[in-house]
Amino acid sequence: MLLRYLSQIGKYFLMWKEIFSKQTKWSVMRVLIFKEIDDLILGSLGIVAFISFFVGGVVSIQTALNLNNPLIPRTIIGYATRESVILEFAPTFISIIMAGKMGSFITSSIGSMRVTEQIDALEVMGVNSLNYLVFPKLIAVLLYPFIIGISMFLGSFGGYIAAVYGGFTTSSDFIDGLQINFVPFHVTYAFIKAFVFAILLATIPSFHGYYMKGGALEVGKASTVAFVWTSVTIILMNYILTQLLLT
Amino acid sequence: MITIENIEKSFGGTKILKGVSAVFETGKTNLIIGQSGSGKTVLLKSLLGIHTPEVGTISFDGRVYSDLSSEEKRELRTEIGMLFQGSALFDSMTVAENVAFPLKMFTKDNNNKIQKRVDFVLKRVALVDAHNKLPSEISGGMQKRVAIARAIVNNPKYLFCDEPNSGLDPNTATLIDNLIKEITEEYNITTVINTHDMNSVMEIGEKIIFLKNGLKEWEGTKEEIFRTDNEGIVDFVYSSNLFKKVREAYLKG
Repeated sequence: MLLRYLSQIGKYFLMWKEIFSKQTKWSVMRVLIFKEIDDLILGSLGIVAFISFFVGGVVSIQTALNLNNPLIPRTIIGYATRESVILEFAPTFISIIMAGKMGSFITSSIGSMRVTEQIDALEVMGVNSLNYLVFPKLIAVLLYPFIIGISMFLGSFGGYIAAVYGGFTTSSDFIDGLQINFVPFHVTYAFIKAFVFAILLATIPSFHGYYMKGGALEVGKASTVAFVWTSVTIILMNYILTQLLLT
Repeated sequence: MITIENIEKSFGGTKILKGVSAVFETGKTNLIIGQSGSGKTVLLKSLLGIHTPEVGTISFDGRVYSDLSSEEKRELRTEIGMLFQGSALFDSMTVAENVAFPLKMFTKDNNNKIQKRVDFVLKRVALVDAHNKLPSEISGGMQKRVAIARAIVNNPKYLFCDEPNSGLDPNTATLIDNLIKEITEEYNITTVINTHDMNSVMEIGEKIIFLKNGLKEWEGTKEEIFRTDNEGIVDFVYSSNLFKKVREAYLKG
């Protein structure tokens, strides 16, 4: 069992070497990169915006409802919303959601190509299929921190709307709260995490799709396994990066 | 010409190919036939470089595959056209984009020239109105023709076909067979076809290699199949009553 996991991890790193060897012609690659940006980044904006806005609102309301002590200023609602959204919600939890959305899309699309011999067709033609399929995804997800930035903004905005229009605090208190004790490095930390998670989001599902064996049923199984492993790796990396960057 | 010498290949301790040697001639349709599990798919995939044989050599016009560098192997693969059993068309691309793919990947031709070549080969396989359709929007027979067009668009020296007729009605199957034969002669390609369709054997079998249990049991032409006494091939080919009667009629003259 352990050997199997170690062998899989080894295979994953060997895949990295293959991704960067024998590059596909730039004129073809350019088109693929734009397609992946459309599928992976722009195609995720809607769901990220929706979730961020409402979760930001929920964080804000729950903070407000737990403030029973009159000595605690109402500015804490904006402060808590900002910290929750920037430190954890936007980079980590959106990434877990993206492991489901983006990850299963990547695994199933590459897995279907494996099942229908399209990957064999690429190889037989002399195309480096890993470079052709995974490299454009890697480049596209470099824009992933941009999604996280939008999530940060919309999460805070959702918090503002819920807190102010829900009657929990005033607009000025919430905005003051957003500005109190602001540590710019926390945003940097969030973007570093987003960058690392983006790499995991592109490569782990690709690995599971590319090396899958079997038919349509196995494509579904590979998508599930890819989601589980991407999530586990994101959570582990979240812990490691937090230890490294914030302590 | 492709020459294979003493090819052996095993999977998980089971020897699938047990020392197969053969010559696939240029300008001819070379057929590999045999029952399921006889090793014909493994042999075809070994020829394509998807499997690496443990023993033996594969030479493409004198170039020994195992002696080539990775770069030379990729270069050689650009000289290969392949027709997969399920067509293996890229389902996110239109018919024209599928056919243009090898040209865009491996030539420096401009879009105009590529378009002209795509139009030419699509016309050659009798598909003129399907340029902008997706593979999911056309029939299985049309998909096979698109796959043939994609396989020949870059003027390959070698054409490999894995079960080109599977899942097709008899008319379309004959059409595909004839198209492969015509293209082989027209462009002087070394064509290797993996099949267990006896109609194909009788239609286009210029050179036939019969595999049984990982060994080459018999080799000859479609005419020689009628006269052979080899038990293995007689059992395989004449398991159908129709072919038995055809053989009896042939032998009676």
